[in-house]
Formats: sequence, C-alpha cells, structure tokens
Amino acid sequence: MLLWLVFDLVLIGAIVWLAWAALAARDGFEMIVLFMVLGLFVALAWVRLQAPDVALAEAAVGSGITGALLLKTWRHRRGRAAGDAAADARPSRALGFGVMGLVTVLTGMLAAVLVLIPRPAPSLAETVFANLAVSGVDNPVTAVLLNFRAYDTLLEVVVLFAVVVVVWLLGDAEADRRAPRLGSIFFGFARLVLPVMVLIAGYLLWLGGFAPGGAFQAGAVLGAVGIVLLLGRLYTPTAADRLPARLVFGLGTVGFAGAGLATLALGNAFLGYPPEAAKTWILVIEAMLTVSIAATLAGLFFGAAPSGRPTRESDR
Amino acid sequence: MTPLEILAIGILFAGLGFFVAGTVGMLRFPDVFSRLHALTKADNLGLALIALGTALLTADTSVTLKLMLIWFFVVLASATSGHLIARHALRSGQGS
Amino acid sequence: MSEVLLLLMVVLLLTLLGGLVRVVRGPSEADRMLAAQLLGTTTVALLMLMSVAMAMPRLLDIALVFAILAAIAVVCFVATGEVRDHDAT
Repeated sequence: MLLWLVFDLVLIGAIVWLAWAALAARDGFEMIVLFMVLGLFVALAWVRLQAPDVALAEAAVGSGITGALLLKTWRHRRGRAAGDAAADARPSRALGFGVMGLVTVLTGMLAAVLVLIPRPAPSLAETVFANLAVSGVDNPVTAVLLNFRAYDTLLEVVVLFAVVVVVWLLGDAEADRRAPRLGSIFFGFARLVLPVMVLIAGYLLWLGGFAPGGAFQAGAVLGAVGIVLLLGRLYTPTAADRLPARLVFGLGTVGFAGAGLATLALGNAFLGYPPEAAKTWILVIEAMLTVSIAATLAGLFFGAAPSGRPTRESDR
Repeated sequence: MTPLEILAIGILFAGLGFFVAGTVGMLRFPDVFSRLHALTKADNLGLALIALGTALLTADTSVTLKLMLIWFFVVLASATSGHLIARHALRSGQGS
Repeated sequence: MSEVLLLLMVVLLLTLLGGLVRVVRGPSEADRMLAAQLLGTTTVALLMLMSVAMAMPRLLDIALVFAILAAIAVVCFVATGEVRDHDAT
C-alpha cells in the first residue's frame, strides 16, 4: 500500500508541475508538447481514480486530436506572424491579471464547495444503479450520458456544432501550401493503420453499451482517421465537399434533437426512450453522433470551408 | 510465487531495463538521431517484454491477443514517427 | 507479487519523469517530439502493468487507443512543418 501512495504522489506531483511548466514555457512549441504529455499523466490519474471512461476519453481526444489541433494552429499563427507583427504580440498585462483573478475566484469557489459540501456528499449514484435495468445499457456512464441526462449530451453536441460553424466562417483555407510530402513509409503506415482505426472506432462505440467507451471516444478515433487523411494529402477537400460536410456536421445535433422530438411524439418525456427499445435508440443516436463528431473534428482540423477546385491530375 | 510468475517478473524487469536505458539514452545522447536510436529500443523491445510479462501474469487468451495488437501498433507508430522525425530533423537542419 | 508489480510501476513512472527533462530542454522541436513519443509508449507500458495491478483488464482498451493514435502528433508535426527549401521526395 505504501508503494501505491508513492505512485499516486509522484503522479500528482508530475501533473501539478507539468501544468505549471506548460503555462510558464516561453516557447510555444514546448508549451504544446508539455500539454500533450500532461494528457498522458492525466489519463493515468483518471485510471487511479477508478474512472476508466474519462481516461479513455482523455486518451482518444487528448493524445491525438488536441495535439494535432494545437500544432496546426501554432504553425498557422507563426506562418502569419512573419508578415504581421500584431499576430505575435503577447496579450497585455492587464488581461493576464484579469484572467488570473477570474481563475483565482473560480478555484476559491471550487475549494469552498469541496469544504462546505455535507458528508456524505449528495449523490445520484444509487438512483442511477437502481434504474440501470431500464436504461437499455449496462455501463452506468453511458446510461447517464445517453439516457438519464441525455439533454446535457445534446447540448455538448450543439456546442461542438457551433464551434465548427464559427471556424468554417472565419477560417482561411489558403494556408499550409508549403507542407512537405510524407513519403512512402508514411503511406505504408497509413494503409495498415487507418482501416484498423475505423475498426477500433466501431469497437469503442459498441463497447459503450457495457464498458468504458461510447460516441465521443469513437468519434475522436474516427476523426483522427480524417486528420491523417488530410495530413497525408490522401484526401483533399474541394468546394464540392462543403455541402456533404455541413450535412454531416449537423447530423449529430439534428439526429439527437430529432430523436427527442420522436420520443415526445410517442408520448414520453423529451429523450425518454421506450424502455424495451432503449438499447436500439441509444445505439442509433450514438452511431449518428460518432460519425458527426468525427467529421466535425476533422473539419475543425481542416480549419476552413474548403475552396479548392477538384483536380483530376494525380499529384504523386 | 509460482515459477511462471517468477518468469513473468523477470521478463517485466528486463522490459523495465530497456525503458530505463532508453530514457537515459534519450537524455545523454548528443543529437536527435542517436536519441531516436535509444528510444526505439524502449519502444520495440521494452514494450514487447512488458506485454509478454503481462500476458504471462494474466494467462488469458483475449488479453494476450489484445496485448499483441497494442504492441504491434506501437511498434508501427514508433517506426513511422522515428523515420518522420529523423527526416524532418535532417531536412530542417535540426540534426545537431 | 503485487508489491513487485508496484515497484516496477513506480520505476516506470520515474522514467516518465526523466523523459520530461528532454521535453523541457529540447533543444530542437524534433527532440521534444521524440521525447513525447517515448513518453507515450511508456504510458502504454504503465497501463499494461496497471491493468494487472488494479485487476482492470479494460485498461487495455485505453492502451489500445493510445497505441493506435500514437503517431498522429508526429505526423502532424512533420506534415505541417516548414522544410527550408527542397520538399521533393
């Protein structure tokens, strides 16, 4: 048991230090790598907290997508900064202190909640487990996310949708034309790994019914497939792809909300699935979410509405 | 401890040795290319030994298969990214 | 038995901390990236050991996701990186 304590203390210390180091780093690239590494430690911490669902989400989102998005954004900004001094300017001191003040207040409030909360802390865990049988799934986390509190998840999907809408409105497609080709070893890797990534996304989606897994993790892995396709220029979006992409971006929100309206039409509560068919409802919604989240993440990575014309010439 | 467990622990320690050596090499070696050389040993053989030891300890077919799959993809990723990093370092002159 | 496993895990965690030094020191971007690559593999190894030590075989799914996504960051690093002049393959 003493060794567990040592392990946990080292882990906690590493997380605190990494968070500080990522904030304090002078170099933007160092900051990004430290943040990616922080994700590894945080995933381990979630495992130690017996929350494998969250650890899986951290692994799927934190290790692949976040790093790729940050790196691309950083490169993009630096490419701009060459001709635009304002883009590289540090935020003002006043803004820094303002943010610090806000964070301090928030941390104080969280600490206060932690201290003032009655013991034992109020918990809905027993209610969740008592009603797990009618939720349609055996994994309590999925039961909460897709059934008991499905409207929370719906709103999360709406947030993601709003983000991609804004990014596509403001983004600039005329970037990264100088990117190097990745070479034949990369193509061999992609040919082998991309199909398996699709397979694993499906596996995670199915797993969500009874074990850690689900639409967000599956969507993140599937989205990574899109990112590799874009990076390797195995697929180059053109202006003709805008409409289908937008339809898939909306699929999650529209499909999820549509399911809610359908349950209302059936005479149930909003997103109150008929218990005998709950598993089917959840699986269909999660499948739509997976595809939509994946497309949204890849669309975010692309960073703008594609404007290129379709070219027939093969460029390899 | 059963003989199998002792064997598994021995293999795990050997794997740990590769991770320690890989990390030390990454810290001590003078340039990007030799550091890559150090870390691929940990990636390939170190993880293979850890996976093998874990498989012996759990003695479960599906777990063993999953461990092999994990190792295979880590090796694939490590070989590919090792190549890509080295190529990038060479071309951008970050090699030394 | 479990004590020995734990000892292995603690040492592995310490090598993870050691690898951080290379992330911080660099000096080049490629150095930081390759350090992150090793740290990812070490995390996979740790998850394997934790799946035994905590008796949670499902942790291997997390390791599998880390493994399958292990190269994404490096691919992005290289593919979006500016190469000085010649980028003909």
